[in-house]
Amino acid sequence: MTTHIETTPQHVQPGVDDVPAFRRSRRRRPSAWHLVLAPLGLVLIVPLLWMATTSISTLAETRRFPPGLPHSVQWVNFLTAWRQSPFGTWLLNSTIVSVSCVVGNLVLCSLAGYAFARVRFTGARVVFIVLLATLMVPFQVVMIPTLLIIKDLHLVNSLPALIAPNLVTPFGVYLLRQFFLSLPPELEEAAIIDGAGRLRILTRVLLPLMGPPLTTLTVLTFLNVWNDFLWPLIVTSSPHTMTVQVGLATFQSAHFTNWPVLMAGTLMSQVPVLLLFVAGQRYFVSSIASTGIK
Amino acid sequence: MTVAVAHRRPPRRVLPSGGRRARRADQLAGWAMASPAVFFIGLFGLVPLVWSFVLSFQHSNFQTSPTWAGLSNYRALTHDPVFWQSVRQTLLYTVLFVPITLIGSLLVAAALNRKIRGITVYRLAVFVPVVTSTVATGVIFGWLLDPNYGVVNSLLEKAGLPAQGFFTSTREALFCIVGMTVWGWLGFGTLIFLAGLQSVPKELLEAAAIDGCTRRRAFWSVQVPQLRPVSAFLVVWLTINALQLFDEVYVTTKGGPLHASTVVVYYLYQQAFQFFHAGYAAAIAYVLFVAILALTLGELWLTRRLDRDRAS
Repeated sequence: MTTHIETTPQHVQPGVDDVPAFRRSRRRRPSAWHLVLAPLGLVLIVPLLWMATTSISTLAETRRFPPGLPHSVQWVNFLTAWRQSPFGTWLLNSTIVSVSCVVGNLVLCSLAGYAFARVRFTGARVVFIVLLATLMVPFQVVMIPTLLIIKDLHLVNSLPALIAPNLVTPFGVYLLRQFFLSLPPELEEAAIIDGAGRLRILTRVLLPLMGPPLTTLTVLTFLNVWNDFLWPLIVTSSPHTMTVQVGLATFQSAHFTNWPVLMAGTLMSQVPVLLLFVAGQRYFVSSIASTGIK
Repeated sequence: MTVAVAHRRPPRRVLPSGGRRARRADQLAGWAMASPAVFFIGLFGLVPLVWSFVLSFQHSNFQTSPTWAGLSNYRALTHDPVFWQSVRQTLLYTVLFVPITLIGSLLVAAALNRKIRGITVYRLAVFVPVVTSTVATGVIFGWLLDPNYGVVNSLLEKAGLPAQGFFTSTREALFCIVGMTVWGWLGFGTLIFLAGLQSVPKELLEAAAIDGCTRRRAFWSVQVPQLRPVSAFLVVWLTINALQLFDEVYVTTKGGPLHASTVVVYYLYQQAFQFFHAGYAAAIAYVLFVAILALTLGELWLTRRLDRDRAS
């Protein structure tokens, strides 16, 4: 999409930057901004590139001076990491927990968001305000009693313990309620006159319109739960129930000096989200941005 | 984010429901639809909030039944040197982290806000740290800044500079954590600012251009002032997250060396899950809660006041 831009300076271009005819000298191609952006991008990406480089080096290569690229790719580091720790289980646990929380939020926040936006029932206003107030409470404030509740339910060290506290978020309820309020009520009137129930209206009439907010909720819930560390750290202790973040932290303390294997493990733990991000960058970016702008 | 949003409530519009039967059906439907969410948020949001408050007035070790402590947990906090050290370090961290991230991401957003060839590659480089987990960030920076074999010390030596202790140095550990977390959050700030820049009305830029304004001048005098609400949101959001710093500390320094990088949440974690002082930890948690609420409301009040001063 950017290929034609520099060739014709008079041409009106659609980009944000190019709207008004600012006083400027004719731009040469390639833009001088590359001189700023290339080093900047490199500095930001170097930690990840160095992780990747180390993960395919031998231990001796990481200790030589000056540092550089490995002579041959040491895939064995990944094999070692995979064999020595249950990365497969951890990735599976993280996937189960994240997907469950995403589904829980999509379904339960849609229901509650719609109820609070459009359905008239006793106590709705008060209950909604109380729910909203819990949004301002940092997790650290409630984590000790949350653990005690999970203990009382005999769920410590289990996947449900990881899922339950994030199954519904007040943020999700709020986000979807705001979306329902922004829809014209006329949409539902015809269905109501036809005698359709609330659930039917929600699933048949409104659901098809809910793409953008549900995408946002999906992306944010997934990222939050997948990358969550403190809660899984305190509620799981067995390697079989750990998520990949806690697993990685224990893996780190076990392989503190074997940097290539540690980096191989770190890379493995990040690959699923990195792939999702590269594939759906547009959705990630708009989801994160929309929470900031609103 | 929520704090910034919540004060402006849109007009509530409920569909005119038909007769009494329809209204009764709505009663039932409303509660049926809302109750799962209400149940879970109540159980894992409200109940622990109250419980935590009660716990902060008790002595508890998670095992035996708690005993009443009155104000003694809070009183002990005021005499706890490590707690005060953690407060000072958390504030120092916040005071460094928030402005650096804010200004850094504004500049990066300004650089990225143009249509040139390959811009998507640069954007990818800036955004990828956003999705990198805090644990992975900590592990990677632990390697980069390893005092013996880390690449940063190799480069320093090559440049003829002395090698540094980084995370193992009492003087440097906290600053390394600042640098590492700025790296992790820069992309988030950039994303928010980019969205803000792109929502600046084009007419404003056109008017500036007609007045013979240069592009750089237009950026600082037209676009940046339009970013005030976005910046206010970011300041609040970054502050809240800075005060809650934990993951990166746990992975890199474990609060050390000699408490040099112990922040409030890390100390809270230690008290609760290493020393099993649940009541004492709950007291720390409530102090943190009040501090976050006060700072957030203070920042919001300040921005509104500044806005009013500008307007008049």
